[in-house]
Amino acid sequence: MQQTMRPKAPFSGSLFPQARPASRRSLITAFVLGVLLLLVPAPELLAVNHILELPGRAFYGQANINAAADAGAFVLLALGLNIVVGYAGLLDLGYAAFFAIGTYSYAILASSFHGIHIPFWIMLILSALITAGFGVAFGAPTLRLRGDYLAIVTLGFGEIVPTFLVNLDNLTGGANGIAGVDQPLIGSFAVNNNISFYYLVLVLAGFVVFVINRLRDSRLGRAWMAIREDELAAASMGINTTLTKLLAFGLGAGFAGFAGTFYAAHLGFADPNQFNFSQSVLILCMVILGGMGNLWGAMLGAILIYLLQTVFLIQINNWINDLGRSTHFDFLTTLDLRTNLFFIYGITLVLFMLFRPEGLLPSNRRRAELHPETAAISEAERQEPYDTREAGQADPNTKGGSQ
Amino acid sequence: MSSPSASPGPSTTAGATALADRPALLVAEGITMRFGGLVAVNSVDFTIPQGTIVSLIGPNGAGKTTFFNTITGIYKPTSGRMTFDGREITGTDPSRITSLGIARTFQNIRLFANMTALENVLVGQHSRMRAGLIGSVLRTAPVRREEALAQEKARQLLDEVGMSGVMDETAKNLPYGDQRRLEIVRALASDPKLLLLDEPTAGMNPNETADLISFIRLIRDQRQLAILLIEHDMKVVMGLSERITVLDYGTKIAEGNPAEVRANPRVIEAYLGSGAVS
Repeated sequence: MQQTMRPKAPFSGSLFPQARPASRRSLITAFVLGVLLLLVPAPELLAVNHILELPGRAFYGQANINAAADAGAFVLLALGLNIVVGYAGLLDLGYAAFFAIGTYSYAILASSFHGIHIPFWIMLILSALITAGFGVAFGAPTLRLRGDYLAIVTLGFGEIVPTFLVNLDNLTGGANGIAGVDQPLIGSFAVNNNISFYYLVLVLAGFVVFVINRLRDSRLGRAWMAIREDELAAASMGINTTLTKLLAFGLGAGFAGFAGTFYAAHLGFADPNQFNFSQSVLILCMVILGGMGNLWGAMLGAILIYLLQTVFLIQINNWINDLGRSTHFDFLTTLDLRTNLFFIYGITLVLFMLFRPEGLLPSNRRRAELHPETAAISEAERQEPYDTREAGQADPNTKGGSQ
Repeated sequence: MSSPSASPGPSTTAGATALADRPALLVAEGITMRFGGLVAVNSVDFTIPQGTIVSLIGPNGAGKTTFFNTITGIYKPTSGRMTFDGREITGTDPSRITSLGIARTFQNIRLFANMTALENVLVGQHSRMRAGLIGSVLRTAPVRREEALAQEKARQLLDEVGMSGVMDETAKNLPYGDQRRLEIVRALASDPKLLLLDEPTAGMNPNETADLISFIRLIRDQRQLAILLIEHDMKVVMGLSERITVLDYGTKIAEGNPAEVRANPRVIEAYLGSGAVS
């Protein structure tokens, strides 16, 4: 098993590929992805949506660009939660609370409800700061807790915030929510249709990806991962664990503030009922299904799940209903998949945990953690040549001290 | 297992300066650590001179690791006072202690298992790096420079211990001996003045142990650091230490150079008498 002395030269090459080519590849991937994302509303812009029309129903239309823009908000949320759960390893079950705070920050400070109209761009920063502030305030007393305890406390916060929103009538409009939220203005150009909202969220997501990508490869990103791996060892390496966890929590919350601001502006309305526990779980599912700890995974998870529930599921449902009508099979005609949404999520999650626990696009780390057998192969490959540097000292029979 | 003839003699590196003349790096006075009714460490006075290898030995449950943990700030001692490098450190936060210049390894290896060897060493340099949130996002020139230096230093450290071939390997996939070594390298990455090693040779075969002994001596000589060692293998303790402190039931029962400790009847009764050393 063990090698006392290490053969030096022969293994630097193909077995341990350097990071450079991979980073170039991911740059190209990002570029291609960016172009594709830019072209998403193209059929709409060119008024050629009939090309993509599927039997019976328009597959492509205003409603879908609308869904794509909202999916963008969930991409922002998944990216933010990925910092907390994926990088720092803190299970946050009340993330929707920060989404709510972001949404209401904008709705309160940029609507006719209080007659305050702070411009969108300023609010984007301001509500991110407000939300991050709440993140720090919630996090400070709770981040000493670990694992299950932290999850329970965040769950509590997730329940408290919407309750406050419903009951603080004067500030939040209570159960009625806040209507007439301002639309963003870029110079004199109003962001008021779905396509422009789509591009807006694309810019925001691009910014967030840029920030997170840089942080991940920094001293701070390494500190987050070290805490996730072993908090005591991390502290012994000089990492201030409380502060570092607080940064993850605050930053994750700040990006939820971003998402909330965009969401309120797009919807033109803030509704206290959309930030419940199932919303938190939904965002968590996006991160887990996509691949925890991986930027691209979290985004893919968000897009897939959001589009699944707003676009694909409706399509599939229509097909099933059509099939039922043509085959005179009543069960299929009346089936409504949307009412069974959480059943579908539940099944999907269980299947994923059984067959692909690392998610669709896992981080390398997570894959190695969950599939040790592939790692074991590479170790076996590495073991072959016996030490030649100081032959004679190493005796194969004395190897294998207890581990 | 280990025959006395194979045992290397006590280190004589310090021949020139007598131990007593070296300035004290760490001074612990009357350290007591109580857990409920159990007194794990009982009023222990302890000094580590600069550049010295000091061992802490004692039977299982004697309070060695607990004492370790009071030094590194994981436990706050119930009473007593500790100064390091002339600065009071009693009850200071572990991360702060590391930045003051104390680094440690763990009895049970606690590497960041899913990070690569290189990343582990980079995390070890955390307290010597300054990059903050905004600097990291903007990737300013000082941050880039610092990161490049850190990478370079990590590679060099791994190269020194012959691990440059496995630096991109996930820590948990490394052979056991390498994991132990990586833990020491990770601790060294924080540029400590005092290195605490908690049973560094546990689970190693005689060859690996011999390697590690020379490695520990090498880093002491190269870096002029003080080392506090907890160890059960008497061959290692007697071979490396310039000074040994013996704990039993949380109380210090003996102190001195290896020969003195070996001859002390209380030590023989409490510890060596069990036949650990022939």
